Amino acid sequence: MTASSLHLFVLVVPLLSALAVNLLGRNSRQWIAPLVLGSLTFSVFASLIVLVRVINQGTLRYTVGNWQPPFGIELVVDPLSALMMVLIAVVALLASFSSLKSVEQELPGREHLFFTLYLILIAGLFGLVLTGDAFNLYVLLEITSITSYGLIAMGRGRAALSSFNYIIMGSIGACFYLLGVGYIYILTGTLNMADIARILPTLNAPVATATAISFSLVGLWIKMAFFPLHTWLPNAYGHAPTGATTMMAPLMTKVTVYLMVRVILSMYTPEQVFTHAWITSSVVWAAALAIICGSAMALAQKDLRRMLTYVIVAEVGYMVGGVFLANANGLTGSILHIVNDALMTLCLFLVVAAIIYRQGSVSLVSLQGIFHRMPVTMAAFTLGAFAMIGVPPTCGFFSKWYLILGGVEAGRWEFVIALVISSLVNAVLFFRIIELAYFGSLADGEHHEHAASERHEAPWWMLKPLVLTAILLIVVGLSTGPLVDNVIRLMIPVGF
Amino acid sequence: MTPIVSIWPLAAILVSLLGALPILLSARQPNLRESWTILIALAKLSIVASLLPGVLQGGSYVFTIAEVLPNVPIELRVDALGMIFALVASCLWLFTSIYSIGYMRALNEHAQTRYFASFAVAISATLGVAFAGNLLTMYLFYEMLSLSTYPLVTHEQNAEARASGRKYLTYILGTSIGFALPAMLMTYAVAGTLDFTAGGILAGKASPELLGLLLVLFLFGFAKAGLMPFHGWLPAAMVAPTPVSSFLHGVAVVKAGVFAIFRVVFHILGPETLQAANLSTIITTLASVTLIVASLIALTQDSMKRRLAYSTIGQLSYMVLGAGMLSAVGMLGGVMHLAMHAFGKITLFFCAGAIYVASKKKYISQMDGLGRQMPITFAAFFLGAMSIIGLPPLGGFISKWNLVLGAVDGGQLMLLLVLLTSSLLNAAYFLPVVYRAFFAEPPAGAVVGIKEAPLFCLVPLCLTAFGSLLLFFFHDPLLRLAQLALAP
Repeated sequence: MTASSLHLFVLVVPLLSALAVNLLGRNSRQWIAPLVLGSLTFSVFASLIVLVRVINQGTLRYTVGNWQPPFGIELVVDPLSALMMVLIAVVALLASFSSLKSVEQELPGREHLFFTLYLILIAGLFGLVLTGDAFNLYVLLEITSITSYGLIAMGRGRAALSSFNYIIMGSIGACFYLLGVGYIYILTGTLNMADIARILPTLNAPVATATAISFSLVGLWIKMAFFPLHTWLPNAYGHAPTGATTMMAPLMTKVTVYLMVRVILSMYTPEQVFTHAWITSSVVWAAALAIICGSAMALAQKDLRRMLTYVIVAEVGYMVGGVFLANANGLTGSILHIVNDALMTLCLFLVVAAIIYRQGSVSLVSLQGIFHRMPVTMAAFTLGAFAMIGVPPTCGFFSKWYLILGGVEAGRWEFVIALVISSLVNAVLFFRIIELAYFGSLADGEHHEHAASERHEAPWWMLKPLVLTAILLIVVGLSTGPLVDNVIRLMIPVGF
Repeated sequence: MTPIVSIWPLAAILVSLLGALPILLSARQPNLRESWTILIALAKLSIVASLLPGVLQGGSYVFTIAEVLPNVPIELRVDALGMIFALVASCLWLFTSIYSIGYMRALNEHAQTRYFASFAVAISATLGVAFAGNLLTMYLFYEMLSLSTYPLVTHEQNAEARASGRKYLTYILGTSIGFALPAMLMTYAVAGTLDFTAGGILAGKASPELLGLLLVLFLFGFAKAGLMPFHGWLPAAMVAPTPVSSFLHGVAVVKAGVFAIFRVVFHILGPETLQAANLSTIITTLASVTLIVASLIALTQDSMKRRLAYSTIGQLSYMVLGAGMLSAVGMLGGVMHLAMHAFGKITLFFCAGAIYVASKKKYISQMDGLGRQMPITFAAFFLGAMSIIGLPPLGGFISKWNLVLGAVDGGQLMLLLVLLTSSLLNAAYFLPVVYRAFFAEPPAGAVVGIKEAPLFCLVPLCLTAFGSLLLFFFHDPLLRLAQLALAP
């Protein structure tokens, strides 16, 4: 392992341990947890080292197998991809503690299969943020999608149907993206992103370029469940095994948003993407609608997990809208929100996993009086809720700040109003649950404490990562300044 | 004077925030738990008081907690205006803590640990609002105050508490997210900073229309100040235990709203800028209407706490009115009324709680002749009421006198009329309570053997009543602070 290829090992170690989990875990279950946690812990530390190195030394480029671009596949680690690596590694590690417990309960005997797919999916996500090659990106996108179809289909009940639905939508999205890349290849003769970015502006082919851009972006929008292409997501995440959702909900959509940002910044140029005012304008409108409709649908749900899946749809609207505000604050807000939303979603889904582990259901009715049964879990839930509402100093406030500021600067009041309304709706959504959890059933007119309900907190394996995530929400919020100055600002193109 | 970098402002906030931990951990030993509360309250008061001499000499203390947004750190700054609020809050928290012990134990309330812990967090947030160095930091602590008081408002955990809690959050959180947050962002987009600066940060940067919009958004956005039509949460919040109503809904929470409006008028929008844009009337009109209407509603309330709540809404508008006059004397009166009203109103609430503890009576119509059985409580009530009405020799006179001078100074006869009418209304809703308690015949078949409330309740209310009296004779430090706060 040479120091310069450390970022490659961030990806390779989980991939190899996926194999090991399958082979060793088949016969003896006790191998699974050390392999999963060990490889992901390695990824966390390695990616942190890579991040520090990139901040100090600038972008790292690495050619796989020493094949030089444009023929070989290039891995590019700039501050943003290093940040995403850290994010993926941290979220995956924290989620897997909880997933190990959930899977043990829900899929006994199939743990090794589950965690094989789980680790391949994470390795695929690492690959997605590392690659500097447009076609390689497609391949990795399919790897992550196929593993997630598998993970979702392992759930009970209608999981297989939801997974099938997702396969259809996901394949359409992949086709769109591939068509876009095809156009680009015809135009430029290369698949290396840096090369494309160099050649494309020199060609005088606005219509072909616009077609390529539209195809690739629509493909990604389907994959990230951008309204109105979101219909697959609530079912897929709602029916998947709990352990799978805990990791996928925070990471999948966020990484796809990252890909959109990456494609806009590194493959095309912002000028090319934002040429037509009516297009950016309609995307921002769609984002505003995504936020409002996602929030409204979330209000209508009777189950915490399904409610959260609609919140994700709204949050995707935040990020896409922020990018298409086409100014520095909006883009900063979107990138910051990728990080923050991943952590908030992780926090809330860890709570869901903990409650499901203890009582099997997260329907709103079953949450009555749960503050008394699981006080620590619900305290973390409250913090996660505050972050979703955007109460400072939790991280959710700061990305919302940049997004609204970007909206004000761009004069996109529909987006500003949508964000404010969404904050208010989130307050209603989450306080409805906090109220249920705090008051319990009032039917008997008694104080809940007198009712017979024992304290029955989640197991330590689920509780510790949850508490850590909740603390992270505040720590990341308070370190917004350094995060923006040292990482995100570096990615904003000059004069943007 | 250049600000001094000091960790003490942070310590003043953290002492009660971290203090919530030992309180939670000693849940099974009530005496130890309450000792923690008193200890923390004393520590907090001494830290705040230790900063007073420097502030009185015109200095200030700063501490940056984190650099979060360009030009907008999370920063604490202790200046004269913040000092007034912090002193009042930390001083009265000590009295409230003592009073809480008497009240909660006498009524054998449930979940006392949660109660004392939430209280500690709430007072931290209050000091944070007082010591915030910019609008973002203030907003942060303002929200923390809203959220930490929710468990206190809904303490009873019955259907009524649930409905009130819902109303409380809807009003407070709804307005702060819906109005104050966008206004803050618009201010930032225009000014590029959110630091509290004497004379405001928007001079010459915003059109009169934008200023007017921002002003209205801020006035309604900080709904803790109870400006109509966003006052409905305050009477609803009276479902909370009385110490909560007295401290939070007589002092900390409502004053945090008024204080936020002070900050915005004095240090964000700027009095001169507002004057130049002719926006004084917006504030004074809103405040005057609230003042008169709230006093009229107070007349009709039979529930003691609800009458006090509507009185509070009216009195808060005095402060906003003072700020809205935009003249030196008027603003001075508004700022001073913040402290004067705090001592008067907390006395009244303490009395209401003491009456409830001793006799289980909540309604004024039940209190005929009760003054003969509880003379000390009703004497204190009388003093508190006199201060609120604005009669010498009590503190309320000083601030109301300045408000009247401000109205005369500005030649605003309408405002003068409003102030005088309201004082008459104040007298009309308070003095009958005292009269009935002392001079009306007790109803036939009244419970005999009602005695004064326990000493833990009685002593604090005597002290705060005495405080109101002292503030009349020794108001110089307060006056000096208020003058410093308004110095350009």
